Amino acid sequence: MCSDLALKESINRSRGRPRPRLRIYHPLSWSGEIGKGVQKCHPPARGGISFMEGMRVNFREKAKLVDAEGIRRTLTRLAHEIVERNRGSQNLAIVGMRTRGVFIAERLQKLIKEVDGGDVPLGVLDVTLYRDDFRLKLKQPQIQVTHIDFDIDEKNIVLVDDVLYTGRTIRAALDALMDLGRPARIQLAVLVDRGHRELPIKSDFVGKNVPTSIGEEVRVRMAEHDGEDAIYLVERVDKEEGKSNGS
Amino acid sequence: MDHERKNRPLTSRHLLGLEGLAAEEIKTILDASEAMKEILDRPIKKVPTLRGVTVVNLFFEASTRTRISFELAEKRLSADLVNFTKIGSSVSKGETLLDTARNIEAMRVEVVVIRHQSPGAPGFLADRLHSVVINAGDGAHEHPTQALLDMLTLRQKFGDLKGLRVAILGDISHSRVAMSNVYGLKAMGAEVMLCGPPTLMPRNIDALGVKVSYKVDEAIAWADALNVLRLQLERQQSALLPSLREYALTFGITLQRLGKAKRTPVILHPGPINRGVEIESAVADSDASVILDQVTNGVAVRMAVLVLLSAPEVLM
Repeated sequence: MCSDLALKESINRSRGRPRPRLRIYHPLSWSGEIGKGVQKCHPPARGGISFMEGMRVNFREKAKLVDAEGIRRTLTRLAHEIVERNRGSQNLAIVGMRTRGVFIAERLQKLIKEVDGGDVPLGVLDVTLYRDDFRLKLKQPQIQVTHIDFDIDEKNIVLVDDVLYTGRTIRAALDALMDLGRPARIQLAVLVDRGHRELPIKSDFVGKNVPTSIGEEVRVRMAEHDGEDAIYLVERVDKEEGKSNGS
Repeated sequence: MDHERKNRPLTSRHLLGLEGLAAEEIKTILDASEAMKEILDRPIKKVPTLRGVTVVNLFFEASTRTRISFELAEKRLSADLVNFTKIGSSVSKGETLLDTARNIEAMRVEVVVIRHQSPGAPGFLADRLHSVVINAGDGAHEHPTQALLDMLTLRQKFGDLKGLRVAILGDISHSRVAMSNVYGLKAMGAEVMLCGPPTLMPRNIDALGVKVSYKVDEAIAWADALNVLRLQLERQQSALLPSLREYALTFGITLQRLGKAKRTPVILHPGPINRGVEIESAVADSDASVILDQVTNGVAVRMAVLVLLSAPEVLM
């Protein structure tokens, strides 16, 4: 029976009839502009919001967790901790992860100079090409330049990101850094740790621990990019109102 | 430090040509190419992005730069690749293009890079295959990745393409590079002039909305950049030129000619160079020449195109 079907299918194909529809994940499958034989499909059900980034999902602000002054204090504390843990700022380098990690890294660089007087080199890392969901995403990647113009060999690198969540982005960043050289040590500094790790990754410097549920997300806003300094807790607004757990 | 820019995604899943591509889409590719260029400068010139993606390079025509460039781009992105050349294949036994491509696709290939002597061959395959199709040159139609790398080189040299004056010189009517450059540069807001002997200029060329000149000195005086095309001897069936020497004398770019202009334009050439025919050796090797930058950029541009087009999971 099975082989009969296969035979029929191959005959159909040879006659130039339309081939069976294929599952193709592609941004265009949403707009319907994609070529023949392509079916609109829904993304596979999977927990976690990171996967939904490419889609239009509405979020509702739940709470403002930290204001501008709070961020300033937190970053000052982080700068002190970084200098303390590394016994100064010699041999230190900061690498900010796009997008908002870069602004946090820039500020930490300034603060470390105030604390310790040392000029710490700053790099920018784009991990798009190393992501494990690269081929699952429904949208085309925004590829940006990695800009690290110093030698990372034997350096103590402080990797900086805004929110630590599944740990997958950090995994990608570690791979990306290793391709650039062999640092003596890599430490991780994040502004917010929201839990729900999917990989054995832990941060060395945490600005704020924010316990969250899966339907919630932490949004860091930076003045350089978003016009204000703040950290918000937002929740996803599903079409079925019952699903959003309003408290 | 440059901040985040949101680029517009490409609207087609194939790259068949630059005709009809919006300026924002070209910008998306050029910006991604800059990111790829950074990878080429690393000690480990490889990223894991396209692991598990198989690319077949179908080359029905001779090619050095384009094929090596695509191959390197694929390898640097960790894709698996298969090379196909006409010689030694079943094409010499009479297999059709579609059959060849379908058979290769049946072996689970996600991306097909094709160079073919017939204009429209990539489009033909794109309509019939489920793979992503990238045009690596089809007859006298288009050579989109070449024009993209030319534009990337110009953008690096001049900063912006808007208002830039680019003259394309030589054998326009047989040139797919010229066509792709015209479409791409026009979309990006550059001014384009085509210059060459009347016998090598297509009819109704004005329809493209470009300047046309039959005097090379005029083009040199006008242009910020000269894209000197190769005289495609293999494509010329009838006598369109009195002789190669005649062409070199009237249209060849020489230091002497460039010396007459107030400023020296940047010199591009898609290669391979016929030294002493369309361009003098001294010019090709001069400081004004960015020919080798073009080759480097070629790998970056092709990496960008491969990543942007094969990013979504295409299950066969």
